[in-house]
Amino acid sequence: MGMTMTQKILAAHAGRDSVQAGELILASLDLVLGNDITAPVAVKAFAALGQRAVFDREKVVMVMDHFVPNKDIKAAEQCRVCRDFCREQAVTHFYDAGRMGIEHALLPEQGLVTAGDVVIGADSHTCTYGALGAFSTGVGSTDMACGMASGKAWFKVPSAIRIELTGSLRKYVTGKDVILHIIGKTGVDGALYRSVEFTGEGVHTLSVSDRLCMANMVIEAGAKNGIFPVDDVTLAYLRAHHAKAPRVYEADEDAVYDETLTVDLSQIEPTVAFPHLPENAKTFAEIGDIPVDQVVIGSCTNGRLEDLQLAAEIMRGKTCAPGVRVIVIPATQQIYLDAMEQGLLKIFVESGAVVSTPTCGPCLGGYMGILAKGERAVATTNRNFVGRMGHPESEVYLASPAVAAATALTGKIMSPWEVAL
Amino acid sequence: MKLTGSVLKYGDHVDTDVIIPARYLNTSERQELAAHCMEDLDRSFVQRVRPGDILVAGQNFGCGSSREHAPIAIQASGISLVIAKSFARIFYRNAINIGLAIVECPEAAADIAEGDIVEADLDSGIIRDLTTGAEYHTAPFPPFVQEIIAHGGLMQSVADGIL
Repeated sequence: MGMTMTQKILAAHAGRDSVQAGELILASLDLVLGNDITAPVAVKAFAALGQRAVFDREKVVMVMDHFVPNKDIKAAEQCRVCRDFCREQAVTHFYDAGRMGIEHALLPEQGLVTAGDVVIGADSHTCTYGALGAFSTGVGSTDMACGMASGKAWFKVPSAIRIELTGSLRKYVTGKDVILHIIGKTGVDGALYRSVEFTGEGVHTLSVSDRLCMANMVIEAGAKNGIFPVDDVTLAYLRAHHAKAPRVYEADEDAVYDETLTVDLSQIEPTVAFPHLPENAKTFAEIGDIPVDQVVIGSCTNGRLEDLQLAAEIMRGKTCAPGVRVIVIPATQQIYLDAMEQGLLKIFVESGAVVSTPTCGPCLGGYMGILAKGERAVATTNRNFVGRMGHPESEVYLASPAVAAATALTGKIMSPWEVAL
Repeated sequence: MKLTGSVLKYGDHVDTDVIIPARYLNTSERQELAAHCMEDLDRSFVQRVRPGDILVAGQNFGCGSSREHAPIAIQASGISLVIAKSFARIFYRNAINIGLAIVECPEAAADIAEGDIVEADLDSGIIRDLTTGAEYHTAPFPPFVQEIIAHGGLMQSVADGIL
C-alpha cells in the first residue's frame, strides 16, 4: 500500500521500508526544540535521569522567546535554568535576548531545519517546519527531555487529509486567509491525530512565508503535522539559508488519504476568525462594523519580513485610527534589521504604531500588549481562545497582516480591499 | 488500577489556555499551577475539587498549546482521571508521559453527569457510573503505551533503557 509523504519520512527515521497508519514506531530525531516556558520542565525531567549528556549537542535547540526580554523575576529564573543547562551541556544552538527570535521564524531563517528531517519541539506550533518538507510536530516537556536524552521519540503513524490547492491568490490575500478558510471547513478537531498534506499546482504559487504560516496553523485543526511537497521554491529557500542537504520524499502515487479537500486559491477572500475558536472563519460579506482597541502584527504565524512588508505597504504615509493601539513585532533580530533597512519600521512608527523587540508576548497573553476586560483585538496570531490575550472577557479576532493593517487605519475590522485597492 | 471519584463536568474544546492561563506560566511549581487550574473557565473549580475527583469533558479536551503545565495543574489539583469524548493529541501524550490517567470514551463522556460517582477500572477498560448504574467499555491502551505506563512514565522508560 502506498505511503503518504509523512509516512515515508517516518519510515526512513524508524529504519523501516514501510509503515502503516496506526502503527507505533520509535523514530530517530534530527532536532529537539524547547523554549523558556517548556524547556525548564524538560530540564527538570532530564535531571531525574542523573548525570548524563544530551544525545547530540548540535541537535538540541533552546530559544528564549515567550517572556523574553524577561517580563518578571520568575520569567528571568526560568531563562536562567535554560541558560545554565545549555552551558553545562555545551548546547550549540541556545538563543537568548539579542540573538533570539520567535522560535518558528528563527529556525528556518538560521537554516536549522531541512527537508526530510524529523523534528520535535516542546511548542505546539513546531508543525511550522512542514512548510519545508520536514515532519515536525509539537510535544510536551517530558517528550522533549526524552528526546534530548535518547535522540528518539515514539509516534503513532498518522493517516492523512489531503488538501489539493489550485489557482493562485489575489492581491492582499495570504496564506493566513487560506488556512483560516481551511480550519473553518475542518473545524478545530477535524484533523485530530492526522497529517495535513498540501498538494496540487497551487502549492508552487505560494511563497515559503505563506507555506510556513499555513503549516504553522494546522495544529488549530488538531493535526499532528502539516506538510508541503518540496519544490524549487523550497530548495531555493533552503540554499539561501544554508540549511543542511535536503532529503526529498514524495507521497506515493497510490498513497491513501482519509479525505481530500480541494481549495481554489483564487476564490479565497480576506478572512477573519471570530472569538473564541479559530474555526469561526468569516469573510467580509458576513462582517459588520466591529470597532477594535488593539491590533497586533507579529507572532510565529505572521511576524516574518513578508508580513511586515505587506502591512507597511498598506500603512505607508497613513495614520493609525484614534483610540487604536497598534503593536508590530518583527519575529527575529534579522527581520528587525531587514525591516529597519527597508524603512518599514519608520512607516510603522510614523503611523503611530509601537515596534517591539521579538517576543511571543501578547499572542499568549504573556506581556507586551495585554487586553483589559471587554477589549477587542485583531491579531495576526494563531489562537483566539477565551482569555488568550488577556482578560477572560476580552476578544481576539485572527487575521492576516493585510487585514490587521487595514484595521489599524480604520479602527474597525476592515478588508484590505476596502482601503488599499 | 481502579479509580473512584465524584465528577466535575465540562464541555467541548476545553483548551490549555483555560486549563492554565499563560499568565501563570512563569512557574512550573505544581501547587502554584493547581491554584489556578481551570481559572478562566470555572473560577469555582479550585474550591470544589477534592482529591480523587474525576473530570469529564467533551471533544478535543486539552487543545491548543503543548504546555505540560496543563496536565500537571490538573494532576496537582487532585483529579485522578480525565474521561473525554476525545483528546487533543499533545495533551494525550503529555498525560501518558507524566502519569495522569486518561480515558477516551464518547458514550461515558456524553452520559455521565456533574456530581455522579464514577468507578473506572483502567486494566479492563470498564467505567461504571455508580449513581445511574450505567456501564461503559473502552479500548485499553496499545501495548507500547502500557509498557511506558508500567515503567512509571516516559523518563523512567528512558532510564530503564526501553527507549
